[in-house]
Amino acid sequence: MMELSYWQNLFGWAWPGVWTLVRIVVLVVPLMLAVAYLTYAERKVIGYMQVRIGPNRVGFKGLLQPIADAVKLLMKEIIIPSGSNKFLFVLAPVLTIAPALAAWAVVPFSPQMVLANVDAGLLYIMAITSMGVYGVIIAGWASNSKYAFLGGLRSAAQIVSYEIAMGFALVGVLMAAHSLNLVDIVNAQHGGLLNWYWLPLFPMFLVYLIAGVAETNRAPFDVAEGESEIVAGFHVEYSGMAFAIFFLAEYANMILVATLTSILFLGGWYPLFDIAPFNWIPGIFWLLAKVAFVLFLFLWFRATFPRYRYDQIMRLGWKVFIPITLVWVVVVGAVMQTPLAFLVH
Amino acid sequence: MNFLTGVFYMLSVILLFAGFRVVTTRNPVHAALFLVLAFFSAAGIWLTLEAEFLAIALVMVYVGAVMVLFLFVVMMLDINLDRLREGFWQYLPLASFVSAMLALEMTVVLGSRTFGLSIVPSPQPHPAGYSNTRELGRLLYTYYVYPFELAAVILVVAIVAAIALTMRRRKNTRYQDPARQVKVKREQRIRMIQMPAEKPSSTKT
Repeated sequence: MMELSYWQNLFGWAWPGVWTLVRIVVLVVPLMLAVAYLTYAERKVIGYMQVRIGPNRVGFKGLLQPIADAVKLLMKEIIIPSGSNKFLFVLAPVLTIAPALAAWAVVPFSPQMVLANVDAGLLYIMAITSMGVYGVIIAGWASNSKYAFLGGLRSAAQIVSYEIAMGFALVGVLMAAHSLNLVDIVNAQHGGLLNWYWLPLFPMFLVYLIAGVAETNRAPFDVAEGESEIVAGFHVEYSGMAFAIFFLAEYANMILVATLTSILFLGGWYPLFDIAPFNWIPGIFWLLAKVAFVLFLFLWFRATFPRYRYDQIMRLGWKVFIPITLVWVVVVGAVMQTPLAFLVH
Repeated sequence: MNFLTGVFYMLSVILLFAGFRVVTTRNPVHAALFLVLAFFSAAGIWLTLEAEFLAIALVMVYVGAVMVLFLFVVMMLDINLDRLREGFWQYLPLASFVSAMLALEMTVVLGSRTFGLSIVPSPQPHPAGYSNTRELGRLLYTYYVYPFELAAVILVVAIVAAIALTMRRRKNTRYQDPARQVKVKREQRIRMIQMPAEKPSSTKT
């Protein structure tokens, strides 16, 4: 491997830009591969849960299936419905995928491996992920189709409702960690299983996990694309690559929520137990294992639960989750003033 | 002109363009989307002022929540633009007088004599470890705690008032209560009974 300074001299003034670009590519390419193979994992996991074997024809054990799907979607024609708003129709998938990728800028994989170690990382993630809803709304509106429109409305209401509960769950984390910086938050959970925030903030952990499923429009909260009620919801008019981009964004968001859950509540890169055989393994593998575990939970939910009815979703978000998180914020604040403060660090 | 100034001018141009289009575009949904763009560019300008917390809060609150609800409503409205534009020429003289006065007042107050570089110099850049969020929190909860709490109370009053004004309950509406529905147990809905699976066969031969 050549020295970094050699490249630095080669590019001169353009070096900071080039270096950032290289780091973005190093982040995005594995992410896209992970998305592709998450779809494969989903089909396999759900297949086995339903006593099927899932995709097994393309390549060894069906391992090339996601590639075949991607090629198929690339070759398909993108149909733009007549009477739709062409510019917004094309813009909507872009607005969906952009926040899903931009949020990764502040996600740390180890104390050093982070694209931008910013101070208000948690806030940044909240703000960027809240932009994702525009893609869905615009897609629903620009399609000029009633099913797409209904899907867009449902999704907007759901995402706005669950974002509040999610935000309060994050308030608990930042109170415990005294920081909005994601690296600091993980470092505040230094130690084994019992030092992670899932334990003192258990209600918030549950709320965050469930709200995360709702935010990504996954089953059992997938009313935005309820195929039995509104055909496929907001992306019913999309085909080919435009549809694939919605798909990519959904899975990238799933991985993002899983990573954030691991970082905020499951101790990030810290090993399960802080003793010899466990802490030999590098931190990033621990983080990836936790992410994989949370993702497995997502797939498991989908295979297990029937879809929520719409009014029940709204009740769960507003009348159950928000009160729980509000109470727990007060509890954490009160405990921090007592000698028991070490419980929440 | 350094990099930051370039960013400022780019964001300002986008902001002005978006703001202009909010009032000129014919489609209300487009107007709402241009407003989103305007908020986003404004947040970008705040970022160049090192006000990260405010910038992110602006995106989170206005772009992420308020404008979503706004769009939600605007998308469902059936707005007749011709009706809205009726009387445009009739109101034009008054409106242009008001806006000219506003522009004049703003020039007087915000002009270079009161807000110039010599009177309000550009702030010193903060050192790397400076946390804007922490400072803001400290000020809000110590020095400005009474105004802050007062603002919170006013907002709550506004919420309560808005809900009280719009909530009407008809006496005889039928509605479902999801809370009661999800609490239902199996025993309340089905009754298990024991009965032979078949009728005893008649013993007639």
